[in-house]
Amino acid sequence: MMFVPGNNPGMMADAHIYGPDSIMLDLEDSVTMAEKDAARLLVYNALKSIDYGDTEMVVRINPLNTPYGHKDVEAVVKAGVDVIRMPKTETADEVRELEAEIIKVEEELGCVGRTQIMAAIESALGIVNAYEIATASKRMMGIALGAEDYTANLKTPRTPEGSELLLARETIVVAARAAGIACFDTVYSNLDDMETFRKEVELIKNLGFDGKSIINPRQIQVVNEVFAPKQKDIDKALRIIAAIKEAREKGSGVIAVNGKMVDRPVVLRAERVIALAVASGILNEEELS
Amino acid sequence: MRNTKVVSLEEAIRRSGLKDGMTISFHHHFRGGDKVVNMVVAKLAEMGFKDLKLAASSLSDVHAPLIEHIKNGVITGISTSGLRGELANEISHGLMDEPVVFRSHGGRGSAIANGELHIDVAFLGASSCDELGNASGCPRSENAKSICGSLGYALPDAKYADHVVVLTDDLVDYPNVPKSISACEVESVVVVDSVGDSSKISSGAIRDSKNPRDILLAQQAAKVIINSGYFEDGFSIQTGTGGASLAAVKYIRESMIEKGIKASFALGGITAHMVKLHEEGLIGRLIDVQSFDKVAAESIASDQLHQEVSAVEYASADNPGSAVHALDIVILSALEVDVDFNVNVLVGSDGIIRGAVGGHPDTAEDSALSIIVCPLLRGRIPCVVPKVTTLITPGAGVDVVVTEYGIAVNPRRPEIADRLKAAGLKVVDIHDLAAKATSVIGVPDPLPFGDKVVGIVMDRHGKVLDKIYNIVD
Amino acid sequence: MELKNAVAGTLESGDIMIQIGPGEGLQVELQSSVAAQFGRQIKSVITETLEGLGVSDAYVKATDKGALDCTIRARVTAAAVRATGKDVWK
Repeated sequence: MMFVPGNNPGMMADAHIYGPDSIMLDLEDSVTMAEKDAARLLVYNALKSIDYGDTEMVVRINPLNTPYGHKDVEAVVKAGVDVIRMPKTETADEVRELEAEIIKVEEELGCVGRTQIMAAIESALGIVNAYEIATASKRMMGIALGAEDYTANLKTPRTPEGSELLLARETIVVAARAAGIACFDTVYSNLDDMETFRKEVELIKNLGFDGKSIINPRQIQVVNEVFAPKQKDIDKALRIIAAIKEAREKGSGVIAVNGKMVDRPVVLRAERVIALAVASGILNEEELS
Repeated sequence: MRNTKVVSLEEAIRRSGLKDGMTISFHHHFRGGDKVVNMVVAKLAEMGFKDLKLAASSLSDVHAPLIEHIKNGVITGISTSGLRGELANEISHGLMDEPVVFRSHGGRGSAIANGELHIDVAFLGASSCDELGNASGCPRSENAKSICGSLGYALPDAKYADHVVVLTDDLVDYPNVPKSISACEVESVVVVDSVGDSSKISSGAIRDSKNPRDILLAQQAAKVIINSGYFEDGFSIQTGTGGASLAAVKYIRESMIEKGIKASFALGGITAHMVKLHEEGLIGRLIDVQSFDKVAAESIASDQLHQEVSAVEYASADNPGSAVHALDIVILSALEVDVDFNVNVLVGSDGIIRGAVGGHPDTAEDSALSIIVCPLLRGRIPCVVPKVTTLITPGAGVDVVVTEYGIAVNPRRPEIADRLKAAGLKVVDIHDLAAKATSVIGVPDPLPFGDKVVGIVMDRHGKVLDKIYNIVD
Repeated sequence: MELKNAVAGTLESGDIMIQIGPGEGLQVELQSSVAAQFGRQIKSVITETLEGLGVSDAYVKATDKGALDCTIRARVTAAAVRATGKDVWK
C-alpha cells in the first residue's frame, strides 16, 4: 500500500505505474490545513478520471471530529473510492459513526454497500480495542498500524529493531485474524536505509501481516521480494493443490502428499502461497487452470 | 627552424587562406563548456568575414552568440548533429535563410570522408598540444584545465580538412604523446586562455538517479536485455547518458555478476558507470568516441584497454570497419516514438528544435538489438505518438520500446517478443501505448508550422530523410 | 455572484496555478509549455468548470505545468470555491 500526498497531482497521476497492490491518497497528515479543500477536490477528480487499472484505491480521510472529515467522506464516496482509511481509530463507535456517514452518501447515490473501511490504529487505546474495531462493521476490510502516533502516545521513541511495536503488531495480527480481515504494517520513512527496511519487512511478514505501507515507489521491490514465496514452497503448494484435485476426482476423503496426510491448515497455507506467487508475478493464473 | 606553428588566432586565420563562402568546422567535446566556437567566430566577424558555413559536430545552449553572427551575415550556413537553447529556438522560428543540415555522428564522419561535406578550415580545441601540433583531450601537465578525454568527433576534421588549426590552453613540450591529432595534419597552433569551462565540460563522479520513474524504466530495460537472447558471454553494449539508461547499467551489472557473464566491449559515449564495470573485469574493452565525465576522461588517459575511436571508426555506415557493425545491444532514449517505431530525438513536441541526432540512427540500424527507453508521458507531453514530428531514426532499425506502461516489440522481431513474454514481461502493442497516452492527455492540436524549411535531416547514408519547418507563434 | 481574488494550485510539475478575480464574462489568460498543442483544450476545461459552478464573470490567470484535465478541474473548482465562499460539498 503506497502512500501518496493528496495535494500532489504529479505523483497522483502516475502512482500506479510502479505496481503497488493499493494506493492510499492522503488527505490527512500530508496536507496542511490551508490546503484541505484543494486536496479533497484533487483526490475527487483524480479518482473520477484517472485509470488506476486494478489497483485498489484507498483514501485516508481526516477524523470525523475535525471540520474536514464529513466533506472528505462525501467527496470520496461520490468519487467511487474502494476503501476509506480512518485515521487514529480508538473505538468501535467511531467506526460505526463513519459507517453511518458512508451509508448516508451511498443512499443518495443509490449504491449502498460499495465502500469498504480500513481502520488505522495509532494509540494505546486503539490497540486495547483492536478486536472490537476489527469487528465493528461488515465493511471493515482490514486494520493497520500507525506507528508514529502510537509510539508518541506510548512515550517511547521508534527504534530500528522495533521492540516497542511488538505488542501492537501482534495484537493487530491476532485481532485481524480473529475477525477474518486483513492487516497492514506501518510505514518506514528512511528511504536511504534499505537494509533496515528489508529487515523490518521480513519481521512483519513473519509476524503474519498481509502487507506493508510504503512512502516511495523505491520500497516496492523490497516488499515484493520479501513477500514473494520461495520456489520450493510454491512447488510444494502446487503438489498439495494437485493432490486435492485428484482426491476430489477419485471421491477420496483422505489426501496425502509424499506419504503425509494433508489437513485443512496445510491446504489453507498452500492456497495462500499460491495467491502470493500469483500476486508477485511468479505464477500466472493461466498456468494454474 | 622551430615554433613557426605557434601563432595568434588572427595570424592562424590569415595563414589558413580562409575566404568568404568557405566552410569552417568545430567539435563539441567541450559540450556546454565550449569556448572555441564563440571565440573563433567572434574573431572572424571582427576580421570582416562573411557568408561562412559552420560545420560543427554539435552545438548547444552555450552557442547563443551565433545568433548575432547569423543576423550580421558572418554565418550563413550550419551543419550539426544537434541544436539547443536560444540558438535552436531562433532557428526554429526562421532565423536563417539556408536550412540547417542535421547529420548523425556516423553520417557526418562519412560525409567528411567521402567529400560531401568539405571542410576548408578546422578549428579544433585540445586539452593539450605541443608546438608542432600533436594534440590530445588528455591532461599532460599540471596546467591542464580543460580536459575532455576522447577527441573522436574531431578526428575526421583533422584528417580531411584542407587546413587545421588547433587551439589549446595548455601548450606542452614536444612530444605530446599518445596523441589524438597528429602534428602532420596540423598547420597552426593557437594558445588561448581557456578552450572550455571545465565545470560544464563534464560532471564528476557517478550520480545514481533517484527518480522512481527512471529506476522503473531502467529495471525494465535491464530485464529486456537479460531476456533478449543477446545477453551471453562476450556480448557488446552501448548506452546513452539519460538517467534511465545509466541506471540500467547498474541492474545489468548485477545480473552479469550473478550469471558469470562478461562483455567484450562497451562503445560510444563512455561514462563512469562503464569505466567501473571495465575496472571490475566485467567489460573487456572501452571503445570511446566521447568521454562523458571526469572518470571516463581519466580512464582513457591511463588505461591501454580504453581506446579512442574517430566518428568514422565509431559509426560510419559506408565503412564496414566501423564499430557499430560489431555492436550487439544499444539502449537509447527518445523524445517521440511512433506506432511504426520511428524515433525523433531532435524536435520537441512544441515543434522547436531541442536535441541532437547523435549516434542514434547509426547504432539503432547496425546493432543486433536496439532498445528505446522513454516514459509514455512527460507531464502532458506524449512520447508514444501516431506519427513523429520529425523522423530521425527509421523504425526499421528499432526493435524494442520500453515505457512505464509496458514494452512494445517491433513486429519485425517476433522472436524477441516471444522471449520477453516467456520471461513474464508485459509486452504490449505499440498502438495500445499511443492510445493509452491519448486517453490520459487528450488529442493534441496540430503544431503551427509555417512553410519555410529551417532544417534538413540527412540519413546516415547521405540522403534527405525529413525536413523541419519553421514554427509560427 | 460576487468574486474575491483567490488562488489555488502550485507551480510544481504536473500542477496548474489558477488565479481568479472579478471580471466581465469569462476571460482566461493561459501560460503553458504545451500551449500550442493543448491550449485550446485547457482553456475549455477552465471555462466549462466555471460555468458548471455558475461563475459567468471572472478573470482567470492560469500558469500550467503540464497538468491533466482532472487536475485543472480540481484547481479551478478550488479557486472558485475560495473566491465565492460557496463550497461544492454539503
